[in-house]
Amino acid sequence: MKSLFRHTALAALVGLSAPAMASLAYVSNEKDNTLSIIDTESQQVVDTIDVGARPRGILLSKDFTKLYICASDDDTVQVLDLATRKIIATLPSGEDPEQFALHPNNKHLYIANEDDAIVTVVDVTTKDVLAQIDVGIEPEGMAVSPDGKWAVNTSETTSMLHWINTESFEIEKNIVVGQRPRHVEFSNDSKIAWASAEIGGTVHIIDVDKLEQIHEMSFKVPGVNQDRVQPVGIELTSDGKYAFVALGPSNHVAVVDASTYEVLDYLLVGSRVWQLDLNKDETQLYTTNGVSGDVSVIDVEDMKVIKSIKVGRYPWGVVIDPNS
Amino acid sequence: MFRPTSVIAVLVFSMLSALPIHAADTIAVKIGYIQWAPDQGPVLSNVLPEPEDAGLRGAELAISDNSTTGKFMGHTYTLTSKVAESEQAAVKAFEALQQQGVELFVINAPASTLNAMMDKASPATLVFNSGSSDDSLRADECHPNLLHTLPSYAMLTDALGQWLKMRRWSQVFLITGPTAADQAWASAFRRSAKRFGVKIIEDKPWTFDSDLRRTASKELPLFTQANDYDAVVVADVRGDFGEYVPFNTWLPRPVVGTQGMSPVAWHRVVESWGAAQLQSRFYDLAGRDMTSADYAAWAAIRSLGTAVTQLGEADANNLRSFIFSDRFQLAAFKGRKLTYRLWNGQLRQPIPLVHPRGLVASAPFEGFIHPKTEMDTLGLDEPESACRING
Repeated sequence: MKSLFRHTALAALVGLSAPAMASLAYVSNEKDNTLSIIDTESQQVVDTIDVGARPRGILLSKDFTKLYICASDDDTVQVLDLATRKIIATLPSGEDPEQFALHPNNKHLYIANEDDAIVTVVDVTTKDVLAQIDVGIEPEGMAVSPDGKWAVNTSETTSMLHWINTESFEIEKNIVVGQRPRHVEFSNDSKIAWASAEIGGTVHIIDVDKLEQIHEMSFKVPGVNQDRVQPVGIELTSDGKYAFVALGPSNHVAVVDASTYEVLDYLLVGSRVWQLDLNKDETQLYTTNGVSGDVSVIDVEDMKVIKSIKVGRYPWGVVIDPNS
Repeated sequence: MFRPTSVIAVLVFSMLSALPIHAADTIAVKIGYIQWAPDQGPVLSNVLPEPEDAGLRGAELAISDNSTTGKFMGHTYTLTSKVAESEQAAVKAFEALQQQGVELFVINAPASTLNAMMDKASPATLVFNSGSSDDSLRADECHPNLLHTLPSYAMLTDALGQWLKMRRWSQVFLITGPTAADQAWASAFRRSAKRFGVKIIEDKPWTFDSDLRRTASKELPLFTQANDYDAVVVADVRGDFGEYVPFNTWLPRPVVGTQGMSPVAWHRVVESWGAAQLQSRFYDLAGRDMTSADYAAWAAIRSLGTAVTQLGEADANNLRSFIFSDRFQLAAFKGRKLTYRLWNGQLRQPIPLVHPRGLVASAPFEGFIHPKTEMDTLGLDEPESACRING
């Protein structure tokens, strides 16, 4: 998806032979009930808008016109219209939605309901609940493979990856991973899934064709107690070169060679780094740092942290709109 | 003596209908929970009593958590619980359950009851202590098949000692109640004070027997007269007089210990690291907040569930080996993985320091270093314990 967009973006660039417009980054502030909007060119917060209670997971619609927001304590998913920055709709989400993932069809939203041990599938166009699937305790991470075949949910206390067939809405396979799995990220070709285990301190590499683990990564940040190395968010570059893993209270992001699974570097960011997202040309990576209440900007070419931007209290999720 | 069988409650979470396509072989895990709490005697501060089912409801939640995981693996978990009315009845229930083939137990009872039970335990029986903080169980009265999920007094007072040192409140006034538990808590604190360089400038036993609801403001200021101190430390485990110490001290000083700001295994105000989810899950089940006793019982049964999930079997000896191996880690909402100490079977865990409506801090603190793991700056470290339950 990302590479596809990149081509369009490049084409647009070439066609207009003008610099790309700066894109906007959206950050959910869990304890402020707000969304910070950052201009990625000036690297400044340009707007802060009120949203529902305890906003956590956020994602963009496939046409980049809407932002979906898990308002966990309001037990709802809000739909923000990006042009007007107004909440235009709410979706039935089940209780305590934390993370979600949108199917490539731009219709089926898979929502992890943390308090209820279920995954709710909602059609965002009709607002119908299509299915509720029983999963393990504290479902958290949600991902849909780019080819649309699989939805994967991580259940934190059960420590499993639940593989949901997106046609039948049924679990076809459960894979036990390290303690407290948090996040799943697919490679562009849908062949490899990366899953982080926060308490286990591991990242599990899954072969999607075989639904088997092919590698398990662990991390050692120099000078940091091993207990504080807690992998959460994962972001992959579309060229398959790098994976970035947010290591929670170790306050570092690991830079990983995505083909050898070797850790190349650890970058110091803000306190308790959780989620991350690349900008549209993948030159910059934004990370949310919950405890320090800021966003770190990493220059991907130099692999250096170049800026920290103060946002609201306990920033949780970040997405960068490549179309703005 | 006969008791109606209904006294023994059996909870079965049958999830067979939800069996997945790739289920492994079915495993039925049977766990016994026995609770016995001696009468605490009359206490002055009886406004907010400890819930009578503290511990039991934590065990029930863990069974439900395990079962949700188990349904994807073909594992079922059964809890047989017994709330006994005497030590003798508790030991009898323990023996009866062993005869019925139960090998895995969670015991919420005093140290003497645990010792009596361990004398009757078969070599295959694995017991988790979720009710006694007694340091002797971790120091010299060791049992190879007894693990502890409740923090020891030494762990709690070390957490407090570290915090006092960190805040540089290094001169304290100690008040100790009359019960054996108060004495045990106070001696643990004296050890912690020495360890972390906190000076006890006054060490006074509580001797008043009047009702402080009328006279606290008059009696406590006089009782706490001293040249100077940074804080008052109270050792009043059952909650007799301690609630009346804050704001009634001679000098305007904070109160810490069993009242005021307290080191605990668990408290409602703990919400980081996903704890908010555990708290709300517990509240939905029990209709009240989760206590330390609930947490300890929950952690014991979750340890078993985690081991069964990873190991794919429920043999007590094999579970024991696995729990003490490098492969075991318990995710228990305290911000890091928890493991058991090899020498005495104590679950290592961060200790929250709380006041009734807020979290103050969580020990261990940065700067208190240890050659192996900073978690072992809390409680009896290997050289301080005579226990070598793993050889």
